[in-house]
Amino acid sequence: MTATDTIIIGGGHNGLICATLLARAGQKVVIVEADSQLGGLARHRAFYPGFHASVAQTLYALPKAVIDSLSLEKYGFEPAKEPIETIALSPAEPPIFLSRNAIAGATDTDRRAFPAFQQRLQRFSQALSPFWAKTLPRLGATGLQGLMTYGHLGVKLRTLGKADMLEFFRVATLPMRDLVDEHFEGESLKAALCWDGLLGSQLAPRSPNQGVLTLLNRKAGYWGGSHSAPEGGIATLISALVAAATEAGVQCLTGNAVQHISVEGSEQGLFCTGVELANGEVLKSQRVASSADPKTTFLDLVGAQHLEIEFSNRIRRLRSKGYVAKLHLALSELPVFSGLDKPLGRLILAPSMDAIEFAWDAAKYGELPEEPVMEVFIPTLIDPSSAPPGQHILSANVMYIPGEPKGGWTQSLRQQLMQQLMETLSEYAPGIENLVLGSELLTPADLEHTFRLTGGHWHHIEPAIDQLLMMRPTYEAAQYKTPIEGLYLCGAGSHPAGDVSGNPGRNAAREMLS
Amino acid sequence: MSNPDILRQNTSDPFAGERLKLSYFHERQAVLNLRDAWSSWNGFKFADYYYDVDYEYFCIRNTCGTYDICPMQKYLIEGPDALAMLNRMVTRDLSRLRVDRVTYVAWCNDSGRLIDDGTVFRLGDTRFLLTCGSPCLAWLRKSTLGFDHLTVTEYTEDLAALSLQGPTSFAVLDAMGLAAAHTLKPFDIGHFPFAGGELMISRTGFTGDLGYELWIEPDLALTLWDSLYEAGEDYGIQPYGESATNMARLEAGFIMPYMEFNEALKTVNFEYDQTPLDLDLEWLVDFTKPHFNGRRALLEQKTRGPKARLTKLTIEGNKPADGALLYSDQTCGKEIGYVTSAMWSPAVKANIALAMIDTKALRGEIWAEIYYQRELRYHQKIVRCTAVSKPFWAPARARATPPQLT
Repeated sequence: MTATDTIIIGGGHNGLICATLLARAGQKVVIVEADSQLGGLARHRAFYPGFHASVAQTLYALPKAVIDSLSLEKYGFEPAKEPIETIALSPAEPPIFLSRNAIAGATDTDRRAFPAFQQRLQRFSQALSPFWAKTLPRLGATGLQGLMTYGHLGVKLRTLGKADMLEFFRVATLPMRDLVDEHFEGESLKAALCWDGLLGSQLAPRSPNQGVLTLLNRKAGYWGGSHSAPEGGIATLISALVAAATEAGVQCLTGNAVQHISVEGSEQGLFCTGVELANGEVLKSQRVASSADPKTTFLDLVGAQHLEIEFSNRIRRLRSKGYVAKLHLALSELPVFSGLDKPLGRLILAPSMDAIEFAWDAAKYGELPEEPVMEVFIPTLIDPSSAPPGQHILSANVMYIPGEPKGGWTQSLRQQLMQQLMETLSEYAPGIENLVLGSELLTPADLEHTFRLTGGHWHHIEPAIDQLLMMRPTYEAAQYKTPIEGLYLCGAGSHPAGDVSGNPGRNAAREMLS
Repeated sequence: MSNPDILRQNTSDPFAGERLKLSYFHERQAVLNLRDAWSSWNGFKFADYYYDVDYEYFCIRNTCGTYDICPMQKYLIEGPDALAMLNRMVTRDLSRLRVDRVTYVAWCNDSGRLIDDGTVFRLGDTRFLLTCGSPCLAWLRKSTLGFDHLTVTEYTEDLAALSLQGPTSFAVLDAMGLAAAHTLKPFDIGHFPFAGGELMISRTGFTGDLGYELWIEPDLALTLWDSLYEAGEDYGIQPYGESATNMARLEAGFIMPYMEFNEALKTVNFEYDQTPLDLDLEWLVDFTKPHFNGRRALLEQKTRGPKARLTKLTIEGNKPADGALLYSDQTCGKEIGYVTSAMWSPAVKANIALAMIDTKALRGEIWAEIYYQRELRYHQKIVRCTAVSKPFWAPARARATPPQLT
């Protein structure tokens, strides 16, 4: 057996992308994945006999460049022909249908404001888009490459034109609420427009400093960040990534948890020599790239004793509490949502920005929200094969659910949450409770446990200004390299951030090959 | 004489929480502090001097003196991970430190900037005492991340500690009935029965001379003091304060916080703190150890070479060069550094100083611009300096084992 060049920890989409790109460059690459299945949060799992779903329910942040760089279409992944609609729902208002540049069902004022609003955000997003796919230079670095990256950013922003550039600087760190309040009046519309700036983070509409930037990152995805669902479901993305990896010669060891990243020392300092598996087996390699979250990578797998004191304490303090719960329902038939012919699209069940804010207020103090807000998708309308014929799946991202509620998670608290979710759903889809064959509720604590995700945080660590760009996850590890020679990061905890975008994995591979 | 004890006990004292703490030796030291020359150290009332600085200095060099190190910070670090934790924290390799030995150590932040220096006492296989000048508990807590099998105990007030320094210091111990301490070599630790308890003696100190540090449970502090002063009467024993210590340590070439270095965690301006290499402490940095805090930064600095280096100087004339700027020629055309500590050394009979000097300039001439005062009027002198490599004061008696008995 020839020596392994790189071991990738974690076979989620970022690990698969990083592995494939390295293998195509001639490296011998092994992916070690704890679960029996590859795909991470996008892996297709049976949550009830005959019903399969993944935690990631739609695609929005995956950029065309990632799809193309891996020729994923060759391996059976076809991006959706068009994005799905976002539908803003409220018990008090008729539904509002949002597509990329138009809305239906909203007031005349809102309808007129929408195209310009979308187009301007799209222009901002396009100005930033090259930087999600680049390594951001270390602060204080004065190398040519780094200066060029910043120079490029400057030029990009300048080409927006003076009015747009000034407006960009004004809005980039606005709270989502202030941004949409400036342009729109409909309550449920504003709630839906906020959503993509908030999803998966510790941010509510009034939270300053981050929502808009997160939104712009997402808009760099295929279809300008509009949510889409490929034919055959997200499973086709993972199977294409796996096929690409396999063809490139990547070896995948599934069902093998990494216990330690092996670190040895010499007069040159510490360097990484491979990994030790939970079963005691030691795998040697030149390099290790971890797509596990930064806290798991550094504190659990490397061990703080092998790091420096200030660095390891910065890692300990990374903000990594997730507030999204996942709900899967196995339904005997397609539910009927009031006002909708067919629940085809992404339904935002949030009557107002206040409703979102109040849900966050409860969660941040460790309580369940009185009225949870959620994003609902029926994947079986796109991919009927994931449930038995005629039957359906409801997949929901529920905000905001604390990972560590006061008093901890108990059976009765879970039941209380489940009951609340069903009550909320039946407000929008009366009678849905009678269709439920089975269900799965994954709180952030469950996500942490099931997917080895510190805090159950989708993005591994909070995507906020202190943990983004050249500070993600923290300085001295923000260019995919780490303080340990031969150890790299390639997961959602690295620039640009989480979501199914693939940029961290792709950027890390480029750094490792440079 | 004021009696702070009464103030401390007086619950109606509106400043009760603000008063300086009193050392376990305070009762005796207060009587001897004829000038009431108190300052403070780590919240303890602490003598700057007792009677006369020069007198106390000459006791250190000619007889012996005691210096209160109760305010020095002490931490007990115990457990299976204690050695590994300390060894990652400090720049020296502690794995070769034997039980009942002491070593001088320094520790740095991730950027290799000096946080503090101190001593590590290996009291057992898994039991260490760390002493240092400034509180360090927060840094120790951070340093324990990743080391689960240890405890760190703030131990400052659990030990009474007194430094006994000077050529007659062993003679005093001998007269106290502690002749068995004669086997202690520099940096050795011995344990001796004393007044029903145990006296720990380390052959350590901060004067560069023969000397010991005495460690005892607080209840026996005054008994220890009385025994020392009774035995030491014929050997010129005398308490000395901060000022005399500062003279002795400079002659020995030891660095002092806020003189030679600014503690990294308390430094605001960029690189106004120092690395051990800047401070000429490369011998304290063990690069054969694969990992310790600040190693990567220090290795990089070693490769590049420090821009400036702490240098021992002897200076023409007898005017102490306190605060003097240094130049590469007599016309003061190019500034190359600054003096950090300076004095006329009575023991060496030389005008000495420690100075931070640009490394490149060390090959050329060094001139000091000294300002001195005579009856309120300032005068200036530009005098030649010579860099020296050995400590100014390092008598053979400091290391002789068995130590001299006179």
